[in-house]
Amino acid sequence: MRLPVTPSQTVGPFLTVGLLWADGPFVVPEGTAGAITIAGRVLDGAGGPVTDALVETWQADGDSRFDHPDDPRGAAGPATPGFRGFGRCATDQDGRYRIVTVRPGPLPCPPGGAEAPHLNVSVFARGLLDRVVTRIYFADEAEANAADPVLSAVATERRETLLARAVPGAPANEFRFDIRLRGPRETVFFDV
Amino acid sequence: MTATTDEPAAGGGLILPRYHRPDGVHPPLYSPEYRSSVLRAPTQPLVPMPQFLTEVTGPLLGAERVTAAGSDLTARHAGEPLGQRIVVTGQVLDSDGRAVPDALVEIWQANSAGRYAHPADDHPAPLDPNFDGGGRCMTDSSGRYRFVTIKPGSYPWRNHLNAWRPAHIHFSLFGRAFTQRLITQMYFPGDPLLGQDPIFNSVPDPKARQRMIARFDLDLTVPDWALGFEWDIVLRGSLSTVFEAQEDR
Repeated sequence: MRLPVTPSQTVGPFLTVGLLWADGPFVVPEGTAGAITIAGRVLDGAGGPVTDALVETWQADGDSRFDHPDDPRGAAGPATPGFRGFGRCATDQDGRYRIVTVRPGPLPCPPGGAEAPHLNVSVFARGLLDRVVTRIYFADEAEANAADPVLSAVATERRETLLARAVPGAPANEFRFDIRLRGPRETVFFDV
Repeated sequence: MTATTDEPAAGGGLILPRYHRPDGVHPPLYSPEYRSSVLRAPTQPLVPMPQFLTEVTGPLLGAERVTAAGSDLTARHAGEPLGQRIVVTGQVLDSDGRAVPDALVEIWQANSAGRYAHPADDHPAPLDPNFDGGGRCMTDSSGRYRFVTIKPGSYPWRNHLNAWRPAHIHFSLFGRAFTQRLITQMYFPGDPLLGQDPIFNSVPDPKARQRMIARFDLDLTVPDWALGFEWDIVLRGSLSTVFEAQEDR
């Protein structure tokens, strides 16, 4: 028996009525040693800020593990105390979001390769009838990125849209990742 | 450094669940009748992504985020909200018919006058001091959820001349894997506004649209107290046994 899936609908402009969590942006508790921040803006096809979006992230911990029964290596409690794997941040009036987390480790993948450190990202917004899915990789992981099977499947000139970069002049644990929903330098989105 | 030391022996590949792709079910991102999609829908085709560890796992959260008051939107303020009291209940399943237990369900909605308790909602209908419109619960061991709330009102929006949203409740579901994440809307049976709503009608298959409409149920209706509606939600299912690495993505 196969049941038909329920269709997606837009999150609409009032998502914070139901989806706002005070601790949402904190994948690890504030003040965790070794934490990084990933911040940026969600922009529309005219380059304007998307002020009513929700950015969600999901990732392995620093030891490359998930606390989840479907990980065939076995569920593993987090290497960093309080690590939740999941982050959620609504954008502000400038389209900005910010996630506090730790750098994920690389992951084994079939058939015997490895994925570079990455976060999966879902973006929901008014105007998006379904979520769009992207990935955050780290620009300073050039060697691992070059061997990553997902990144390798993306046209070379578009890969830079998936790279979080250190913020010049800022502390080394701050990274920038903008999400362009449409138009010039449009972020790569995936069909998962 | 690579994390290959934990790899199981089976053919050098990890044995992972594989989630069905619900082709043709979800609305096209670019749906110009829904005006807000025009500046926000991507222009480039989506890049196919294999389902590896990050995709077949997902946040198993909820219990610590849920209180008894979370599932009753009528009982957390000084007085009762205005409007028709309703019970909304159903089962969260995957497309293989398996229940999705212990999963977080989040809802939000307008009040009975069609106004959201949100600073950006400028519809000149009254706010209700006894209604904030947000709810949260966990599915039980058989995947069932249950909310007590009031029937949301319809409201005008500026998509086109005389555009009105049919009454709806927003639903957010996690399931157990990143692939299963779903945000959608539940509609009410017999709503005369469904036919003119570009969001409801953005779903291309008319039969799929019907799956977003709850069913009135007299058995769920609580005598002298609240109307009952049933709405089941189906998330993507997975092949339960995969013996090969995912050569075919």
